[in-house]
Amino acid sequence: MTQRRPILSMPVGLLFLLPAMVFVAVFLVFPSLWVLWISLTNQTLTGEAALRPRFVGLANFRALFDFENWMVRGYFGNALRNSVLFVIGSALIGQAGLGLAIAWAFYRRRGIWRELIYTLAILAWIIPDVVVAFMWVAYLDRDQGTLNAILSALGMGRVDWLIEQPLLSIIIFNTWRGAAFSMLLFSSALATLPPSYLEAAAVAGARPWQAFRDIILPSIRSHIITDLVLITLWTFNTFTPYLITAGGPTFRSEVVSIYTFRIAFQHFEFGRGAAVAVVMMLINLALALVYLSTLRREARAR
Amino acid sequence: MARIRLEGVTKVFGAVVAVDDLTLTIEDGEFFALLGPSGCGKTTTLRMVAGLERPTRGRIFIGERDVTDLPPQARDIAMVFQDYALYPHMTIMENIGYPLKVRRYARSEIHRRVREVAEVLQIADLLDRRPGQLSGGQQQRAAVARALVYPPQAFLFDEPLSNLDAKLRLEARSFLKHLQKSLGITTIYVTHDQAEAMALADRIGVMDRGRLLQVGSPIEIYRRPRNTFVATFIGSPPMNLLRCRFQQAEAVLVLGDGQALALGERAEALRRAFRDGEPLWLGIRPEHLALAEGPGPTHLAARVYAVEPLGVETLVTVQVDAERIALRLSVDEPPVLREQVWVRVPMERALFFREGGELAL
Ligand SMILES: Nc1ncnc2c1ncn2[C@@H]1O[C@H](COP(=O)(O)OP(=O)(O)OP(=O)(O)O)[C@@H](O)[C@H]1O
Ligand SMILES: [Mg+2]
Repeated sequence: MTQRRPILSMPVGLLFLLPAMVFVAVFLVFPSLWVLWISLTNQTLTGEAALRPRFVGLANFRALFDFENWMVRGYFGNALRNSVLFVIGSALIGQAGLGLAIAWAFYRRRGIWRELIYTLAILAWIIPDVVVAFMWVAYLDRDQGTLNAILSALGMGRVDWLIEQPLLSIIIFNTWRGAAFSMLLFSSALATLPPSYLEAAAVAGARPWQAFRDIILPSIRSHIITDLVLITLWTFNTFTPYLITAGGPTFRSEVVSIYTFRIAFQHFEFGRGAAVAVVMMLINLALALVYLSTLRREARAR
Repeated sequence: MARIRLEGVTKVFGAVVAVDDLTLTIEDGEFFALLGPSGCGKTTTLRMVAGLERPTRGRIFIGERDVTDLPPQARDIAMVFQDYALYPHMTIMENIGYPLKVRRYARSEIHRRVREVAEVLQIADLLDRRPGQLSGGQQQRAAVARALVYPPQAFLFDEPLSNLDAKLRLEARSFLKHLQKSLGITTIYVTHDQAEAMALADRIGVMDRGRLLQVGSPIEIYRRPRNTFVATFIGSPPMNLLRCRFQQAEAVLVLGDGQALALGERAEALRRAFRDGEPLWLGIRPEHLALAEGPGPTHLAARVYAVEPLGVETLVTVQVDAERIALRLSVDEPPVLREQVWVRVPMERALFFREGGELAL
C-alpha cells in the first residue's frame, strides 16, 4: 500500500465537513432521537396524555410484540407478515426478476420493441403516485375494470381484485410500478460486459442458459446485490399501496408502513406509532448493514 | 481436425460491405494467416467461421459439414479473442475447464485435463489465480489453454499477440508456431502485422476492403505480389514503387525527372507486355538495391534523405525526384545525410506493374 498524504490539515477538513454535519444532525439525527424518545412515552394527540406524556419504558414495544394477538388482522405481526410477502413478491421476485428478464431479453439489441418496452417501464416509474393509483383502481375495478373486461372476453370469470386478492393486487401493482429501476440498473450493468464474454462462452460450447448462469449472473453480482437491497428498502417503506387498497379490506393488505400511519395519524397514538417507526428503522438499518458488508466482501474478492 | 472452406461468402453491415465474395479453402492442419489493414474484414471473416456472425451470402464448410446455419456451440471450433475474454470471477482452472464444464464432464476429469494442458503451456502453477493476477503473456497462454482443453476441429485466433510487448510477442509467436505444428490443428490466424503473418503461416491470404487479393505461401507473396497493394503491404520496409514510362525505341524506363534506366535483358519481355510510352510501376525490394560508385545505365542519381542503423543492416532512404526509395544496406560505412549518391537498380530483380496496379511481369 502506498502512504497517502492528506491534502487538507485536520482542522480545515473538519471545517469543510461542518455544513454537512449540521445538516445531518438537524434533519436526521435529531428527528430520529426525537422519535426514539416519543416511542418510550404514551403521548397522544388529545386528552390527558397529550399535555403530559408519561414515560412508559418499553410498554409500547411490548404491546407491538404481544404474541397473544400478534397475527390477528390489524395487529403488528399481521402487518409485518404482509410486508415480508409484499417485499418478496413485488421487490425480489417481481421488480428484480422482471427487470432482469427484460434487460436480458434486450441485451445488445435495439429496435422498436426495446424502445417501446423501456419507455413504458420508465413511464410506469415516473408517473405521480396519485395518478398511478387512480389508473390501477380503474384497471382492477370489479365492473368497469379493464382487467376484468379482458378476462371475461377470454371467457373467464370476473374477479373483484381489490376485495378478493388485495395483497396480490398491491404486489402486482408495485412490481409494475418499480420494475424500471431494476431494468435500467441491470441493463447498464450488462452493457459494461465486453461482448467477447458471451461470444467466448458460445464458442466454448455453452448453451445460452449456461452462459447466463455461469458468466452473466456472476459478472453482475454486485449490481444485483445493490439492486436487491435498494428495492427491498424502498418497497418495505413505500406507502403507495395505501392509495389502492388503504390496507384493507379488514387489514388484509396492511403493510408495516400503513400500520404505522394508522396508529400514529389515524388513532393518534404517537407513542405506539413512534415505536413502530423505531422498529422499521432498525429493520432498515439491519438490511443496510448486510448490504454494506456484502459489498465490502465483494470488493475484496476482486 | 478438418479442412475449412468458404464459398462466395459475403457480409454486409447496412451500407458497408465488410467481406466481399470470399472463396477460400484452408487445408487440414494448415496454419493460415489472414492479413490486411485495419477495417479490411479479417475479424468479420473469422467471426463468420466461428458462427458469431451470419454471412449475408455464401456457405461455410468445416470438414464435410455445411456449418453456415449452425450456432457457434455446434461448430466444434475454438477461438482466442483479442482481449482473451477470460472471466474475472473464475480462477484460471475454472476458466480453462469451462468448455469441459458446459459439456458436463466430471470434476476430476476436468481437473486432470486442465492440468495436462496447463503443463504443456507452462502455466500449471497459476491455476488457482484469477485472470487479473496474470501478466499479459500468461493470460494469452490461459486463453490458448481454454481453446485447447477440448480438442477442436479448428483454431481461430484474432490478433492474439497485439496486446503483448515486443519481446513477449516474439516469444509467444515461436511458441504458437511450435504448438500448432505439434498438434496439427487447422488454424486461421488474423493479423494486420505482415511480419507476424510471414513468420507463422504456411499460407497467407491478403485482404483489402473486404476482398481477398492474393493467397499463397509467404515466399510467393513476398516474391511475386499480385498487385501494388500487396507489394507495399508486405515487407519492412515495403517494396519500392517507381512511376516510369516505357520507351520502346531506346529500351529504357524514363522516370518523372527524366532519368533513364536501361532494361537490358528484360526489354524483350516488356516490349510484349507494354505499349510504347505506357506508364507503369517499377517495383524493387529495398534489399535488392545497392549503392554504386558513379553513373551507369541502371544507376539513379539520388540524395540521402535519412539513415537508420538497425544493427546488422542500415536502412537508407534516398530521394529521387519527388519519390523516396528505401535501401537495406549491409555496408560498414553508410552514406551521410544529404550526400549525393548513385543507386544501382538490378533489373533482373525488378517487378513491373500496370498503371492500374496489377502485376504484369
Ligand atoms: N457489427 C458491425 N456493424 C457495422 N459495421 C461493422 C460491424 N463489424 C464490422 N463492421 C465494419 O466492417 C468492416 C470490417 O470490419 P472488421 O472488424 O472485420 O475489420 P478488421 O479487418 O478486423 O479490422 P481491424 O484490423 O481493425 O480489427 C469495417 O469497415 C467495420 O467498420
Ligand atoms: Mg479485427
